Amino acid sequence: MKIRLDAVSKTFDTTRAVNGVSLEVASGELVALLGPSGSGKTTLLRMVAGLAFPDAGRILFGDVDATDIPIRDRRVGFVFQHYALFPHMRVADNIAFGMRAARDKRPEAEIVRRAEELLALMQLDGLGGRFPAQLSGGQRQRVALARALAVDPRVLLLDEPFGALDANVRRELRRWLREVHERLGITTLFVTHDQEEALDLADRVVILDRGRIEQVGAPREVCRDPASAFVMTFLGDTHRLPATVTGGVALVAGRARQPAAGVADGPATAFVRPGDLAWRGAGAADGGEGVPARIVRVLDRPGTRRLVVRTDDGDELEIDAGPDAEVAAGDVGTVGIVRARIFRL
Amino acid sequence: MALDPTVRIGDGALVRRLLIGAVVAVSVLVVVMPIAVVVVRAFSAGVGAYLANLAHPDTLHAIGLTVVTALVAVPVNTAFGIAAAWAITKFTFPGRKLLLVVIELPFSISPIVAGVALLFVYGLQGLLGPFLRDHDIAIMFALPGIILASMFVTAPFVARELIPLMQSQGTDLEEAATSLGASGLRTFLTVTLPGVRWALLYGIVLCNARVMGEFGAVSVVSGNIRGQTNTLPLHIELLYQDYNAVGAFAAASVLTLIALFTLIAKVALEGRGAGRVPRAAKTAPAAAPAGEPAA
Repeated sequence: MKIRLDAVSKTFDTTRAVNGVSLEVASGELVALLGPSGSGKTTLLRMVAGLAFPDAGRILFGDVDATDIPIRDRRVGFVFQHYALFPHMRVADNIAFGMRAARDKRPEAEIVRRAEELLALMQLDGLGGRFPAQLSGGQRQRVALARALAVDPRVLLLDEPFGALDANVRRELRRWLREVHERLGITTLFVTHDQEEALDLADRVVILDRGRIEQVGAPREVCRDPASAFVMTFLGDTHRLPATVTGGVALVAGRARQPAAGVADGPATAFVRPGDLAWRGAGAADGGEGVPARIVRVLDRPGTRRLVVRTDDGDELEIDAGPDAEVAAGDVGTVGIVRARIFRL
Repeated sequence: MALDPTVRIGDGALVRRLLIGAVVAVSVLVVVMPIAVVVVRAFSAGVGAYLANLAHPDTLHAIGLTVVTALVAVPVNTAFGIAAAWAITKFTFPGRKLLLVVIELPFSISPIVAGVALLFVYGLQGLLGPFLRDHDIAIMFALPGIILASMFVTAPFVARELIPLMQSQGTDLEEAATSLGASGLRTFLTVTLPGVRWALLYGIVLCNARVMGEFGAVSVVSGNIRGQTNTLPLHIELLYQDYNAVGAFAAASVLTLIALFTLIAKVALEGRGAGRVPRAAKTAPAAAPAGEPAA
């Protein structure tokens, strides 16, 4: 089911939680709503679900205006961050809840069979007789998903689905949600504040800030071609360096030249990621453009050596060097800027 | 040096003993001894006299009246409490905080004031007095007045138990149920109510105990007509003023018995997690998995 948001706004008291958001989600797509807390992502999801209603704008499911359809009749599957499983019901009854509550209730035998099918799909075979309190967090969230899928929703909505789980379980469930999505092909929208989760999982990522969409794009687009300084900084570690733009070229930190197409002439800010910087020792052959600096500390990480350097201008930068880089604190050299994004703030 | 976690600073043996001793002494003097006396005095003339006192028509009538009052007041206040807790915790509306205060008001008002207030509204000289007299409706000095006074005094009991619990549980479960297609009634019966069942029962038990034991408010509006509008607590006072100590104590022992059952129910329910806000809304009551039938 295709979803379309048309200039949707929502105000709580005096804060504009969502401010004129328009978005199209194709049928069968898996889309992440990514943003810091207070960016309006959960409010947006709740409006799509019918748990909240927009002050302005429309929400369309396919070609039907669903803005005023109450959640009960909207046929969406909603998965809550804290699972919201019914604690006094066994797992199988939790999953069967929606089927039993349906207006056109199917026969009980079919409900039981479908619940078992879903348990198997969620790799929870044999746990139907347990109570939610007897399950681990990851299992509970899978029950919550099975329960949401049991009513054959047209759209699946997940609100920070892995937010309450620890890192390992989270990664495993992520992979597994992707598999379930590929198998069922149901249009899915999920909210997260974890950029890695959004990038790993989604076909497209919607980046929100203060109630507005900053950028919509495939993970590669938003990573490689961030539309704003906010997107750039939100997606990963960044350094800011002063720059001056003349005729579409920026001079970063007074030394390195970077393309800055579309940025007006004048002072600007260069955003650089640790991986976009290169360390050249004092005796390196390819002199090139660079900012003179001294290594303050070396942080060893599994895949890289991260160099903390202080430039002669007094800026502290972090650089990701290869695991074999032979460097030590105190070394003097230059920092080359391989890639930078220039924005006028 | 490892600190003994059971000994806090200032916990000298002397202080500890004095404190425990004082608490035990006060409990015995103020609570245990008087109650023991009730039981002892009730049986002082023998079991036969005790039973004869209980079997006195006026006493039996008082017990009956008290039960009838409870049978009306407790369910009505339970329904009211559930509705109030639901409204306050699941919706936001202007005046929500004010409603909370109004519900709690009977707790802070002396019952005698409640009784007098009812008199001012429903009494012969009261606001609705002429209307009631013209239509031949007796509220004061009759059963309706007794029930009204009991309801006034116990109005907060159920709501007070439910509100903090339902607040801590939030609305996730109800939202989940509705998103799965459940109607409001179904959501309430199969999701909300089971989640608060022990707290609800706890509130009902406390409400019932108070209805049966209420003296002040009821004494103003009942008129104290022996065998007609005397509830058990009022009857005890009358017997006592008649110098019928054994009778008074026998009747009092019935109230004490009710209190005892209330206490047992209360302790049992507290074991189920009622009477306090649970650690986390998402954890099921500890006893639930033990083999209760699924709803």
